[in-house]
Amino acid sequence: MNELPRSIREAGDLLRSRKASALELAEAALARSHADRFNAWLHLDDDYARKQARSADERLRHGDAPVLCGIPWACKDIIGTKAIPTTAGSKILEGYVPAYSATVVDRLDAQGAVMLGKTNLDEFAMGSSNENSAFGPVKNPWCADRVPGGSSGGSAVVVAAGEALFALGTDTGGSIRQPAALTGVVGMKPTYGRVPRWGVVAFASSLDQVGPFANTVEDAAIVCEAIFGKDPNDATMVEDFPNDDLRQDLDAGVKGLRLGVPKEYFAVKGMEPGVERAVREALAVFEKEGAKLEEVSLSLTDHGLAVYYIIQPAEASANLARYDGVRFGLRVEGPDLVETYRRTRGRGFGPEVKRRMILGTYALAAGYYDAYCVKAQKVRTLIKAEYDRVFDKVDALVTPTSPTVAFPIGAKVNDPLAMYLNDVFTLPVNIAGLPGISIPCGLSDGLPVGLQIVANSYRERTMFRVAAAYERATQHHLARPKEAVPA
Amino acid sequence: MAIDRSVVEKAAGLARISLEPDEVERFTGQLSVVLQAVERLKDVDTEKVSPTASVLPVMNVLREDVVRPGLSTEDAFANVPSGGRDGEFFRVQHVLEERP
Repeated sequence: MNELPRSIREAGDLLRSRKASALELAEAALARSHADRFNAWLHLDDDYARKQARSADERLRHGDAPVLCGIPWACKDIIGTKAIPTTAGSKILEGYVPAYSATVVDRLDAQGAVMLGKTNLDEFAMGSSNENSAFGPVKNPWCADRVPGGSSGGSAVVVAAGEALFALGTDTGGSIRQPAALTGVVGMKPTYGRVPRWGVVAFASSLDQVGPFANTVEDAAIVCEAIFGKDPNDATMVEDFPNDDLRQDLDAGVKGLRLGVPKEYFAVKGMEPGVERAVREALAVFEKEGAKLEEVSLSLTDHGLAVYYIIQPAEASANLARYDGVRFGLRVEGPDLVETYRRTRGRGFGPEVKRRMILGTYALAAGYYDAYCVKAQKVRTLIKAEYDRVFDKVDALVTPTSPTVAFPIGAKVNDPLAMYLNDVFTLPVNIAGLPGISIPCGLSDGLPVGLQIVANSYRERTMFRVAAAYERATQHHLARPKEAVPA
Repeated sequence: MAIDRSVVEKAAGLARISLEPDEVERFTGQLSVVLQAVERLKDVDTEKVSPTASVLPVMNVLREDVVRPGLSTEDAFANVPSGGRDGEFFRVQHVLEERP
């Protein structure tokens, strides 16, 4: 086997008809992953993958194996994995080996999924280009001198390049959906509170969620079914929804559904004509399939960025206070304890992390807290209320995922604000805690464009239904990068 | 709002991050631009609005108070930097002055 199957469903058919074993699938994935030319992996663990594949084969022989049994996957290196290094893309955690796995990893293990290794990312998930990794930038398989998006760039690339059948990422302001858009795969952020974060390195805790990258909408739903659900170790979760079969409506189509198109999203500065064209074509597809398009207004869209760049660094500066060189990670000793903290953090953190620690500390400081943090949380209330009003009128929103296609490596690295604008369409969704998915909707100048579908809280089933209808009506999800095949 | 070097130096001090002089210079310019961009929140009327505490419809989350296995002592020390362990304790530099 030289190439992986096109989907989890196809791979499952091969495994269950005995045309391939989980071990053969794992060997093929490992061979492709070792030949990766995009710096997408931080750590590959062949022995661990083979061991998991052998037990998967055992379970498959006995029948009634779960749907992900024997499926090779990749884990963003911000999600803790027992006995396997977890760096969060930072020098400060180089060599760190967790004593336990994140709940999401335990759940995939329980299904018999086969983890190949850990993928590259922006340091502590802070970035939109994957250029902030302490272990070098990830390259885009569609064009190797361009970024893959971020922060979950490695996870996006290994799915796009056919090195793993799915991957997990995390999304705080777009870190799953934006790289999915820029690499032409499916990427999904669940409703806040549906996926356990136990064992995941915390970034901005009121915004972070774990979610999947996959080749198809159905595959993304399969992975969500495996990782969704309450965990007693995570107090920031909603109660479970009984019998919430996320795949139930995949074939239901969009006839009669009301789809909202936010007018402000097409007036954003820096929107590329090729992106707008692809998204407008997608809207026409929905109309042809029987959906009713309605223009809606999200007047606070522009303010989302400001709210996000207060709340997120403030929460991050508190979460990252734990990296002090005392209990784990890098330690650079100074003459006294405070100087040890300062040197450890000065040496261990990269520039973007330092910028956000300083910004967050500034916004939280006495005298500025009300003007920045409280104000931002008030505007957040208004943003959420605006979505609530819109979802009284429509079943889902259809928007671009990012205003641009993949940009050249280095183009925005010294201009933080320009970099932050990549997430202008995705971060309001985190601010309001909603579920969102990016699916491929064609190419602009040979580079993938992403279509974002956003539903109301806990309405993942509707979101998947709309995404699947589009996927069925078009061929865009079949396009694959030429550079992915190792020379 | 434009900020000067002293603001960046003060916040970096509070965040316990040592910066090189060129970093202070660079961050001062970059963070001024970001702070100017977030200034626009002033334009939004929030007179009668409560700040968001959580987007979740949950308040207190309780569970049974039962004893469960946790990390072993050895697991907890597994990643300690060299010289950072003293028996069953993490060792840090002294923070109190000795009495004269």
